[in-house]
Amino acid sequence: MADTATVKEVKKSSLTFGKKEKALITDPLNDTNPITVQVLGICSALAVTTGVKNSLVMAVAVVFVCLFANTITSLLRKRIPKQVRMIVQLVIIATLVTVVELTLKAINFESYRQLSVFIGLIITNCIVMGRLEAFAMGNDPYRSALDGLGNGIGYGLILIAVAIPRELLGKGSLMDFKIIGNTSEFLVNTTEVSWLGWYANNNLMVLVPSAMIVIGILIWIHRAWNPKLVDVS
Amino acid sequence: MGELLNIFIKSAFIENLALSYFLGMCSFLAVSKTVKTAFGLGLAVIFVLGITMPINWLINSVLLAEDGLFGTDLTFLRFILFIAVIASMVQLVEMVIEKFSPSLYNSLGIFLPLITVNCAILGGSLFMVSKEYNFSESVAFGLGGGFGWFLAIIAIAAIREKIRYSAVPAPLRGLGMAFIITGLMGMAFMGLMGIDPAAVG
Repeated sequence: MADTATVKEVKKSSLTFGKKEKALITDPLNDTNPITVQVLGICSALAVTTGVKNSLVMAVAVVFVCLFANTITSLLRKRIPKQVRMIVQLVIIATLVTVVELTLKAINFESYRQLSVFIGLIITNCIVMGRLEAFAMGNDPYRSALDGLGNGIGYGLILIAVAIPRELLGKGSLMDFKIIGNTSEFLVNTTEVSWLGWYANNNLMVLVPSAMIVIGILIWIHRAWNPKLVDVS
Repeated sequence: MGELLNIFIKSAFIENLALSYFLGMCSFLAVSKTVKTAFGLGLAVIFVLGITMPINWLINSVLLAEDGLFGTDLTFLRFILFIAVIASMVQLVEMVIEKFSPSLYNSLGIFLPLITVNCAILGGSLFMVSKEYNFSESVAFGLGGGFGWFLAIIAIAAIREKIRYSAVPAPLRGLGMAFIITGLMGMAFMGLMGIDPAAVG
């Protein structure tokens, strides 16, 4: 929606953790969820959700980038001229993404190899820049950090919720662990019948259009459960 | 000339950035409520794609290539330079729209600056590099890709305007339905993949 949640600048910039600060973290999980309500960061949600494991790594990376990009931009917000603000924001994001990419390469090379392109694409993930534009440019660093944290987590939750049905129905596994349908072992040893062995993998679930439909159904469930989000127009 | 027309048609219909590659989905879904705003955003995307593609082609082949101006392989700078070009073009478009059409400026809201991170723009530039187009081909590819994205957003906006009169379950109204329609449109566009325009024309 175009009416992205913007919060007016709070005059006092104390470091208290009251109701308002708590709302900054909890709102993006539900009422202002980045994917299902604000419609930010869809592209990566479509691309990486073919597996739960990749989605988890991606979620952690986005939480990190969101948190620090919001904090740094908020610290610099009074010094950035309006005409070049996008370039400045992108440089901040690109730097953080490079940090994430190199860190992942050092600690978990296997996921790095699978995700490398998509980690780079966090730069063009609208959620990071969307929150910079909508929140961090007008709020103090402490609250911007909380906002970044909340939005990162809200994004990650949906990512995993989309990845679970896609991996389960598309590949018959979760976290690369075979759950339904037969393994390749079955071809060698036909007496080895696994649970729901008749299930044949639905390859359509791995393709991108099915991700759109899964997200559509998630939005349906989310709004049925939280009726104040229902679109009246 | 026929070659260029082929690239234009191919990038607009067969390899549609929005419905075949699902790039630029955030603004695609958020701004497609009415045909009027979709039209404005579509034009802005055509403009930005059409301009950035040749500029990025020049940067890639003159500055970054191994036989370029600096004589060394600088392709690791590709992301940052491409993004910088795109960001400055979008900033230009933003200033122009703000001056000439404040109402469109207000209805596009945050999604105007977000054209910068519209994956269709950066994705288009990266496709252009991987397909090794020359200068005039990259212009045709940019305009065709932008035109395809424009058609796709107009199509979904028109469907969404009509579907408002249908009996959709309340929680699925608006955004939820937009996702499902896009999924179905994408499946339909998968049928166009693999068609060779040279063989048809």
